Amino acid sequence: MFLLAWQIAAGLAHSRLLPTVTSVLDAMLQQTISGALPWNLAITLGRVAAAFALSLLLGSGLGIAMGRSRRLDLWLDNSVTVLLNLPALVLIVLIYVWFGLNEIAAIAAVALNKLPNTVVTMREGARALDPALAEMAQSFHMSRSKVLQYVILPQLAPYLFAAARSGLALIWKIVLVVELLGRSNGVGFQIQIYFQLFDVTLILAYTLAFILVAQAIEWGMVQPLERWATRWRR
Amino acid sequence: MGHGATSGTLGDAMAEVILRLHIERKTFRTDSGELPVLGRIDLALGAREIVALVGPSGCGKTTMLRIIGGLDTEFEGALDWRGAGLPRIGTVFQEPRLLPWRSVRENLLLAQRTPNAELADDLLGSLDLAPFRDAFPRALSLGMARRVALARAFAIEPELVLLDEPFVSLDDAMAARSRNLLLNVWRTRATGVLLVTHDRAEATFLADRILLLGDRPAQILTEIVVPPVQRSR
Repeated sequence: MFLLAWQIAAGLAHSRLLPTVTSVLDAMLQQTISGALPWNLAITLGRVAAAFALSLLLGSGLGIAMGRSRRLDLWLDNSVTVLLNLPALVLIVLIYVWFGLNEIAAIAAVALNKLPNTVVTMREGARALDPALAEMAQSFHMSRSKVLQYVILPQLAPYLFAAARSGLALIWKIVLVVELLGRSNGVGFQIQIYFQLFDVTLILAYTLAFILVAQAIEWGMVQPLERWATRWRR
Repeated sequence: MGHGATSGTLGDAMAEVILRLHIERKTFRTDSGELPVLGRIDLALGAREIVALVGPSGCGKTTMLRIIGGLDTEFEGALDWRGAGLPRIGTVFQEPRLLPWRSVRENLLLAQRTPNAELADDLLGSLDLAPFRDAFPRALSLGMARRVALARAFAIEPELVLLDEPFVSLDDAMAARSRNLLLNVWRTRATGVLLVTHDRAEATFLADRILLLGDRPAQILTEIVVPPVQRSR
């Protein structure tokens, strides 16, 4: 329906500011054949994956530790709140200024923007751990690894998936800004180039490809994994 | 170390004492100071006997079980366990406390130090749970979930099983059936059982000895040895 409405509106407008669906799809095809689209998409995906893994790993560790230790929570709570409310752009610019326009700074800037979000979600998960199950595990002298794998992680899984899903959504957006401001490749950089050339067709072609990949990851990876992890609820 | 012993005729079941508990005092810290929960208590448990702790609600019965199960170590007194190393104690809590994301069978296997599927399946069969061994706990009724918790306690080949009101809130028929299934399992396993209940009929049905506790801070008021001929089981 959306595509149909877009096609009709573009046909009526007859403007290069609103290209038709077919011309955008054609541009996508040309960019794919030339290799530019897959190349830039792969670079962006690599940055997304690195920043996502980094923020989820560090954020989960910190969030769980803060949820279990009141002292650590009191000590770090203000810093997390400041980071949570700091505009993404400020953090990106400051990291680029301090650490230079390089790959590590780009990934760190994205991860740091996502980190407080993961910390807050996982902290709630750690606070909600059922003490009755912990006591059951203790009474049967379960090993630490068994407790982590079979008692703690399944309780944290819904929070982990919430953090992963909101994290991916945020990282997709921030990674383009980071590329636009300080990298010379990736989807964000390409969009900046086509913005300067006022080429809306190619901006939409890259955007559409980006959306399709994001949806494919959501449908093909995140949702099946979540269904598998929560199958016991059905 | 405490060496208090129970009085009365203990019979064959007490021939081999597996555990001696001496509590001088047990308190809980509250905002308004220390709340005494248990007074002086001496208790010895035999290797194959069933002992029931009966007393009013909130008198400290569960606290005693937690001390014996190693879940509460902050008390004045001593707990002497017969064997060396970690005692094998199977605890059945008031709520089943099953892992909802694991199947019935996996709940048993995870409690075992070395997985023993044959024993797990045997116990599930004995407790009428065989058709549900691959089900998730969500699919079970409360009575079935309580029986899974029982099976899990016996699945570790325990020297002692602690039962904290294991059949509370079940209807009479289900509770009676569950008690009979418990006895069937117990008869085939060489294990001591310490049962907490406020139901004297249940205590008489199941136990070799009944220890009556008073109000908080609880002490053992009376010990009743149930003669085999009077046991309704």
